[in-house]
Amino acid sequence: MVDKTAIAKQFIEAIPHARALGMTLTEISAGEAAISMPYADHLVGDPRTGVIAGGAVSALMDTCCGAAVMSHPSNPGGTATIDLRIDYMRAATPGQTVTTKATCYHVTRSVAFVRATTCDEDTGNPVATATGAFTVEGR
Amino acid sequence: MARSRPEPVQVVKQRRDATLRALVEGVPYIRFMGISFDRRGDELTGVMAFDDKLIGNPLLPALHGGATAAFLEVTAVITLSWAYLWEDIESGEIDADHLADNLPRLPKTVDFTVDYLRSGLPRDAYARARINRSGRRYGSVHVEAWQDNRDKLFAQATGHFVMPPREP
Repeated sequence: MVDKTAIAKQFIEAIPHARALGMTLTEISAGEAAISMPYADHLVGDPRTGVIAGGAVSALMDTCCGAAVMSHPSNPGGTATIDLRIDYMRAATPGQTVTTKATCYHVTRSVAFVRATTCDEDTGNPVATATGAFTVEGR
Repeated sequence: MARSRPEPVQVVKQRRDATLRALVEGVPYIRFMGISFDRRGDELTGVMAFDDKLIGNPLLPALHGGATAAFLEVTAVITLSWAYLWEDIESGEIDADHLADNLPRLPKTVDFTVDYLRSGLPRDAYARARINRSGRRYGSVHVEAWQDNRDKLFAQATGHFVMPPREP
């Protein structure tokens, strides 16, 4: 049997922008995905504090939500973001890896609905949450 | 009563450009993304130079939605910050030469909603932000991004921001 996680991992990590930001897929199952992004100097958005940029968190959220959509059993093909809203609750602690967990909780003929949460190493206290709508392709 | 003589144009331009440069070049992530700003008077246009590392779908190819979101957010934050600093730039209150060591605090994003209108082509992208409201504590900003044709937006976004505390 082919290891679906390994294939998904390879697929996500081959996306040039995901690779440039150092993302690694840690979990994937039907409609669920988790992706980590280690702290790096080029991700810093506030040089005074060393906090990573909101944009880097957005990219992580977008990638993870897309992975959750693609892993959903009723989505046969690829996907693209229709809209994504991100709420930033607090600054991610400098030096810590951030991890997003996304759930694709509903799929219609044309749209997939997703929510996601991003935490740093303090996993009980989210850094940001997101909700999004993605396209369903290939049917 | 005669008004005071306007400052020489190069002095004014130098101060504006030095402030903008300090604001943008001080942020490692903006440099990493290859984002720069064109300035015409007080109007800013964000420019994200195409690079292979911005690709999200290698088959099409298309820009990564996250790169697009980041570009819109950077443009919103810099435009909001720029507007907030403008009076101090014009009055000469800002010491542009030493700004790099004493960067002003940037506004903090509260929420950001991105609307993807068409796929981002593997080309340079441009963005302009409109500040719909900028108060003492909060700001609300709308941003539009396009590529070859100004009338064909490929993404737009709205965000809310907490303004940095005014230093006494």
